[in-house]
Amino acid sequence: MIRLENIHKTYATGNNKLHVLKGIEVNINEGEMVSVMGSSGSGKSTLLNIVGLLDTHDEGDYFLDGMLIKNMNETKAAQYRNKLLGFVFQSFNLIPFKNAMENVALPLYYQNVGRKKRNRIAMEYLERMGLLDWADHLPSELSGGQKQRLAIARALISKPKVILADEPTGALDSQTSMEVMDILKEVNKDGITMLIVTHERDIANRTDRIIWLKDGIVEKDIFNGELKAYKERKLISVETK
Amino acid sequence: MKIIDIDKWQEIFLTLKKNKLRTFFTAFGVFWGIFMLVVMLGSGKGLKDAAYGGLGKLATNSVFINPARTSISYKGFPKGRVYSFNNEDTKVLLERVKEIKYLAPRTVGFGSAINNVVRGEKVGNFQVMGDYPATNMINPMQFVKGRFINETDITENRKVASIGYRVYEEMFEKDEDPIGQYLRINGVYFKIVGLFKSYRANNNGGEYDNQVIYLPLTTTQRTFNLGDVVSGGYAITSQDGVSATLVGEKVKAILRERHNIHPDDERAFDMENLEQEFNEFEMLFNGIDGLIWIVGIGTLFAGVIGVSNIMVIVVKERTKEFGIKRAVGATPLKIIIQVVQESVFLTTIAGYIGLSLGVGLLELISYAMSQSGADTEMFSNPSVDFNKAITALVLLIISGIFAGLIPARRAVKIKPIEALHDE
Repeated sequence: MIRLENIHKTYATGNNKLHVLKGIEVNINEGEMVSVMGSSGSGKSTLLNIVGLLDTHDEGDYFLDGMLIKNMNETKAAQYRNKLLGFVFQSFNLIPFKNAMENVALPLYYQNVGRKKRNRIAMEYLERMGLLDWADHLPSELSGGQKQRLAIARALISKPKVILADEPTGALDSQTSMEVMDILKEVNKDGITMLIVTHERDIANRTDRIIWLKDGIVEKDIFNGELKAYKERKLISVETK
Repeated sequence: MKIIDIDKWQEIFLTLKKNKLRTFFTAFGVFWGIFMLVVMLGSGKGLKDAAYGGLGKLATNSVFINPARTSISYKGFPKGRVYSFNNEDTKVLLERVKEIKYLAPRTVGFGSAINNVVRGEKVGNFQVMGDYPATNMINPMQFVKGRFINETDITENRKVASIGYRVYEEMFEKDEDPIGQYLRINGVYFKIVGLFKSYRANNNGGEYDNQVIYLPLTTTQRTFNLGDVVSGGYAITSQDGVSATLVGEKVKAILRERHNIHPDDERAFDMENLEQEFNEFEMLFNGIDGLIWIVGIGTLFAGVIGVSNIMVIVVKERTKEFGIKRAVGATPLKIIIQVVQESVFLTTIAGYIGLSLGVGLLELISYAMSQSGADTEMFSNPSVDFNKAITALVLLIISGIFAGLIPARRAVKIKPIEALHDE
């Protein structure tokens, strides 16, 4: 579903050049639930932005759903984001003056779905997220967990193939974080590929695969089976301490 | 794209409402621009109407030639000689100058005594002229009843008269039919065949026109012993597409030859060139009009710059919102359209109000002037014609598009990820 070959990204700020990604090689299959970890500055957010077509890479090949993403103009990128991708952000990124239902329906608005139809679909997704009673509330009237569930509903409404989550639990307490992770796992069971950037081990541990970034390259890539073993080793090491 | 898109309009109203004062001042710039443009255009038209109203339906490609004293001695004749045009001149001019469309000779100066017009108990003093049918082609009157002097009147020397409305009012009872009645003019009875009104406003030359009595030129020459003298000179209209000035010069050349006037003696003729005056008028008013458009559009432009400025701020404030929208699939075009629509909406509404109030003010002035009788030869009927109003409105919409386009392009120029991180 997502294939990255030798991806490079350099930010130029003034005269300084910051080489953030230095040849990323990753292949994520359909339906995988993957977390990306790494210390701050390791390039994990940059990687997510490139995968999410919110930013462009300088070098290397990026295949999304079998298509080579290269020199893509903004119109095309917007259409891909709309159809293929769903985003969940740390700061929720809801539109403050639109109510919950309108926020969820927004992606369908850009697919030119009629107002009645998109609001009906939005209500279905709100129901799924347990937010039906909050449909006409503004985001400012919701709690952090509710906001994030709202954002997930918005990400799901266009039936994307990939959900990209950037620190989805970063602004939530640990209990709400777990609830949100439950929802994301539920979504993943429907076959939607999921890429979660996080620095919380608890969160990463609930995914099937962890990609460790360090200084712009993939340092470790730990898969499902190994993950369990890894987890156990960790557990043992904690217990033996 | 649908025109009626509730979400889009909701957003537009919301943004405009969120900053009421800012919206008001932005809109005021455009409002003031279009308001001033309309009021100035209307005033310009008021001046022009008043000036042209003094011409009535007078053919503007006309010249008027009268004899004057010669100023150069020529062929043994001394300078300062008085001469006059005659019937033979009329005949020769019509034969030799093919560019003449209408030639109207006139006799005046008879029957100018006090109380020259009598009917029963009523007496009056009016301007009496002997004319050709061509007069009504050069300076047309509006006929209430009957007709003007015609060819048969001329050839048969009929004693008929076509009278102005003031003459009728003075010499007849109310609702009396003047046609077929007689007026005694300078002691001779003339049968009335026509009653006319001037096209000009009463205080703009109309009163003069309405006090005239037209008689057939030939009849006046015969009845009042004027011989063959054309004492009132000629009114000449040139053929379409031919300069009246040129025709005037040709006519003068022939008259010089026939009356032994020195070729360089300009003062021997008293010529009024309506064509030239009219062209000068045209130039003056076109100049005024041009100036109004320049100033008006300048003012409007300042207003539009204001809108553009505000849109830059609006776009800046909403960077994050646009970032979110782009992340969920809004194409740059949709963002641009949204910003432009907002700007066009603002300018159009503000402009429309300015336009309406401007037109309203002009109507009010016009009404007040006609009520108080202040409608003068300086200023009359200020108004803006439909085409100019539409032009102004179209101009507004276009400027609204441009005012929105520049900030909108800035909104989509930054990467969506940068927009998302904007706080």
